[in-house]
Amino acid sequence: MRVMAQMAMVMNLDKCIGCHTCSVTCKQAWTNRSGVEYVWFNNVETRPGQGYPRRYEDQERWRGGWTLNRRGRLVLKGGGRFRKLLTIFSNPKLPGIDDYYEPWTYDYETLTNAPLQEHTPVARPKSMLSGKDMKITWSANWDDDLGGSIDHGDKDVLLKQISDKVKMEFDKTFMFYLPRICEHCLNPSCAASCPSGAIYKRTEDGIVLVDQDRCRGWRMCVSGCPYKKVYFNHRTGKAEKCTFCFPRVEVGIPTVCSETCVGRLRYIGLMLYDADKVLEAASTPDDTGLYEAQREVFLDPNDPEVVAAAEREGIPQDWIEAAQRSPIHALINTYKVALPLHPEYRTMPMVWYIPPLSPVVDVVRDTGHDAENAGNLFAAIDALRIPVEYLAELFTAGDTAPVDAVLQRLAAMRAYMRDINMGRDPDEAIPERVGMSGEAMYDMYRLLALAKYDERYVIPTAHAEQAHGLEELATDCPLNYEGGPGMGGAGTGGGSGPFGESSGGANPIAVENFHMLRQRQTADNPVDPADKSNRVNLLNWDGKGAPAGLFPSRPETPPEDTGSEREQ
Amino acid sequence: MIDVLLWVALPYVTLAVFVLGHVWRYRYDKFGWTTRSSQLYENRLLRVGSPLFHFGILVVLLGHVGGILIPESWTNAVGISEDAYHVIALVLGTVAGVCTLAGLAILIYRRRTVGPVFSVTTRNDKLMYVVLTLTIVLGLSATVVANLLGGGYNYRETVSPWFRSIFYLRPDPDLMSGVPILFQLHALSALALFCIWPFTRLVHMLTAPVGYLTRPYIVYRSRDVQLGMHRTPRGWERVP
Repeated sequence: MRVMAQMAMVMNLDKCIGCHTCSVTCKQAWTNRSGVEYVWFNNVETRPGQGYPRRYEDQERWRGGWTLNRRGRLVLKGGGRFRKLLTIFSNPKLPGIDDYYEPWTYDYETLTNAPLQEHTPVARPKSMLSGKDMKITWSANWDDDLGGSIDHGDKDVLLKQISDKVKMEFDKTFMFYLPRICEHCLNPSCAASCPSGAIYKRTEDGIVLVDQDRCRGWRMCVSGCPYKKVYFNHRTGKAEKCTFCFPRVEVGIPTVCSETCVGRLRYIGLMLYDADKVLEAASTPDDTGLYEAQREVFLDPNDPEVVAAAEREGIPQDWIEAAQRSPIHALINTYKVALPLHPEYRTMPMVWYIPPLSPVVDVVRDTGHDAENAGNLFAAIDALRIPVEYLAELFTAGDTAPVDAVLQRLAAMRAYMRDINMGRDPDEAIPERVGMSGEAMYDMYRLLALAKYDERYVIPTAHAEQAHGLEELATDCPLNYEGGPGMGGAGTGGGSGPFGESSGGANPIAVENFHMLRQRQTADNPVDPADKSNRVNLLNWDGKGAPAGLFPSRPETPPEDTGSEREQ
Repeated sequence: MIDVLLWVALPYVTLAVFVLGHVWRYRYDKFGWTTRSSQLYENRLLRVGSPLFHFGILVVLLGHVGGILIPESWTNAVGISEDAYHVIALVLGTVAGVCTLAGLAILIYRRRTVGPVFSVTTRNDKLMYVVLTLTIVLGLSATVVANLLGGGYNYRETVSPWFRSIFYLRPDPDLMSGVPILFQLHALSALALFCIWPFTRLVHMLTAPVGYLTRPYIVYRSRDVQLGMHRTPRGWERVP
């Protein structure tokens, strides 16, 4: 037994209202730079829908993740090492920018400097890749709320797998949101696909990261990841991905997406797992067995043997305690309501989901029946096969039994708690029907409905005596990095190194964002990549005052000297 | 005098720039060490042009190793006559050279005509493309012209010994004085290419990922000594 700790997340889909706050705050924190305009480390998809990038779940096309070969051994679906190296000059399975979407901004300047005319001037969309006028035809959430599903709803990969006869008329009965980040898998196929070995899994917390200094831009990770959550920065020529906000998690605060989640649907905590069992579990012959196989890999943090083994591996005491209090462990293994996303990709994903009961509740309520009656809900779960089958395609490789069990547990909780809330005697027969005690059911209710910040996010800090050096703690000058202005260097601030804009060492993202924000707010021209330092992005404007670049400067006023301000 | 400058001084300057340039760039600019692929923007032309160019240039590279590094006496010793060598080199070299050039033509056409690709092309790239194209065209035309005008030119008696003499530290510029002008120009443009090499995107060749064949699939790494996004200032590294 080789005990390792993994930082993991569970999302309760019943609570997601599809507001995209997680996506927007994540983008502002991590990908509001040039080169990653099209990149959303966190995105929210409406299901049924195509997702982002379009139809990423169609692994017969993209060949992401792992598969079993004829001898039952685990191999990369996209081909082994030789095949990767032979196709390195032109990756055959790389999604093009059209599969994501062509990023754009608007030519806001014409709104202010157009001459007096009969018609209102229009801010035209401009491509952020070529700077030319463009027609907007797709985006990261173009089919939000089933928008346009008459035209392209049938392109949902999972619907095809359920049955060809399911047409989009059922969208009247069922729809939910699926927020997605990197899964930080136990068996990451992106890392396995990386020819340079630049993608690594951190031994301490299992976060999967791209070493920007070792990435050479071979792009195999983008193809290798079945969730398409590794992205290619087309300006720097390096892969980038969700970092699980490691600078925040290291000091014990949750990721940006969790922190800002309006529905408070995200849980973060540790899982202890047996690293020796991962390969065996990922090689489970039957796709539908993978959910159980992955649960077997997890260790019980309250088992004294596990604790002893963890201590032998050098896992600190407070980490073991955090694993014992972990809401993730409770949701996955104690209450068994969380399920992995697409276990059939065999990457052992570590961002799990509580499937939504709301499609079922909605139908019961709309038909005029009591939607909090256990009998009605159980009957509906049995009757509404299409939503259940769809959820099974998403979370259990098509096996409806685990999804049924989870939905029944959620329905039972709903009915059981109603009696308590109404001041009636609780009906202990309800939790019994789903194999739980009334007390456990109440605890589950507390965790799902009432849990406060410190119960939802149980994040032990990284053991480091330099924690003050993290920019997120704001106790250190953010310019005090080597070569930065605070250390007497020039500070490139998103500018150019000697070999073009991507050269000369990466700036800390906090510093880069600071300069980007300033440069965009002081920009005159919209989007020509040639002068990427002059961009207006109204998303960055907080509505207070007028940033210097919001209106074009008067011709006689000389532009302000940005160089001197950087020295501050 | 000019011979010494071109065939002794220049090669050593090039060698120094090539080696030290790479060392310096690797230390200073690991973040800029990338292929800067533009496949995301456009794939239709790249799918044809890039493998054509890269596989072509790899064969050309092997051809140069065989023709320049391996002495004629060695091939004679294993029973390959000069004529046989010449035919093999000519056929293989011309095919690979034409493939390389065709691939390069497609890639340059793509770079100029596809909007997003053109807009990420730096001045550095343009200079590199000029020198690279010049070197390939000169090399190919030297072979073709020499064979059209006569029975070909046996560079293995002049150019190759000169090239090796540089590494023996006994440079012999006289070997190059009688060489046809196209071969001389090819060698000079190649020197120029090696001079700019460490400062262009060509550096990606030196980190060709052959280690992928032997390393384990999943890489585990301990957390960096520094935390967060900061690079630890020099002199302030943590004591383990």
